[in-house]
Amino acid sequence: MKTRMNWLDTIFILLAAVLAVFWEAAFQGIRHLLGAQIDLLPPLMVYASLSAGLSTVVLLALCGGLGFDSLSANPLGISVLPLLAVGVAIYAGRELILRDQTFARVVIGLGASLTVPVLTLILLLTTSHRPLLGWGTLWQLLVMSVAGALATPVFFELFGWLHRTLGRAHVSELSFRPDREIRRGR
Amino acid sequence: MLKRPHYIALGLVVVLTLTILNLPSQTTARLKLGIGSMFLPLFGLATSSQRLAEKAGNAIVPRRELLAQNEALRRENQQLHLQLIDAEKTVQENQHLRKLLVWQQQSRLKLKPAQVVLLEPANWWRTVQIDLGTRDGLSNNLPVLSPDGFLVGRISQVTVTRSQVVLLGDPNCKVAARVDNPTSDTGIIGASGPLDRDFVEMGFLSRNANLKPGQLVRTWGKGGIFPENIPIGNIIDTHSIEYGSSSIARVKLAVNFGALDEVLVRFP
Repeated sequence: MKTRMNWLDTIFILLAAVLAVFWEAAFQGIRHLLGAQIDLLPPLMVYASLSAGLSTVVLLALCGGLGFDSLSANPLGISVLPLLAVGVAIYAGRELILRDQTFARVVIGLGASLTVPVLTLILLLTTSHRPLLGWGTLWQLLVMSVAGALATPVFFELFGWLHRTLGRAHVSELSFRPDREIRRGR
Repeated sequence: MLKRPHYIALGLVVVLTLTILNLPSQTTARLKLGIGSMFLPLFGLATSSQRLAEKAGNAIVPRRELLAQNEALRRENQQLHLQLIDAEKTVQENQHLRKLLVWQQQSRLKLKPAQVVLLEPANWWRTVQIDLGTRDGLSNNLPVLSPDGFLVGRISQVTVTRSQVVLLGDPNCKVAARVDNPTSDTGIIGASGPLDRDFVEMGFLSRNANLKPGQLVRTWGKGGIFPENIPIGNIIDTHSIEYGSSSIARVKLAVNFGALDEVLVRFP
């Protein structure tokens, strides 16, 4: 049952990645409002690396990164490595993270949402591409990290709800056991 | 903690990614198209739901208003029809005179309308994707205009069904431009700031350039990509750079990229 739920979880995470990338390419209301498009893949990666296995983290980095690059002017594959680096770093230290705390989720979401675009920009610059950079980039990074920080606990809540809805309810064992009942005679 | 098989798997993914990054550009374009087609059902769904919403909106427009709009459009159509007949006569006359003077015949403007289907998800590029590709005769570097005839950008990547348009203001879209003033000052339209979607910088201007706010900027025609006289925008202000040896101007683009739903691809 647990294995089946794990696979279901991986499928949900990958579906969420596809929907997130589609949303980023189709709807630009936030960019018109704040001057920056937010990226939902880093908060999703935080959820995957804190709650799922390493295979899910790798699949998310591959599918999410390649999907994002396929709709963007980015060179194909450039977003995979930053997502993977952040995912693996969180996964490696997840035993030390208080992942049930909302504050911890927000802080990790903030860090991941800042690290992924910065690493992507560094990779672009080292591969002799010329992205659009300036002082405004700092504002864009701020918007992306704050939005990512806020989206992280939302992803945890969303996937938690999916687990509760689709997973089998955990039956708690009673302390009363009939085989240990003391029968008193007359 | 990570175990040895984990490290091997991660190493394989890194090698795979580096291989994809080093693929030839044509293979990458095909791969991009293949992966991008995964999103097609979602875009189809979004388009049909938008049409449904439009239909629902149209259904509640009063009949009286529709009739009034219809009448206004009919009158405008009649006027445009007369203007077209007049223009055709002028074209014929022009061709006849050019023949008499043994001048080269002017080719008619060939435009193809396209729909913007995708916007750039990354903050560090300015591109859109349109629904025309090689099957519609598109090739790299064709100029793209707005429905009003203002310059939007150029085609930067073409696949069978879709093309990527790199917009003005992107670091990869540089345009040789000329200002509509008595000295016909020339310069290069380059990238703008990451937050300035409506403005671009015009550099490489002479230090004696006589620029004034409001002057129209058009394509110059040098460089081999953009034909001359396509309007780009208007001068906002200028300032000297490099200790006064040259100047730079801020140009307000005539195109509103935020509301760009349709474009025209101009064929040579």
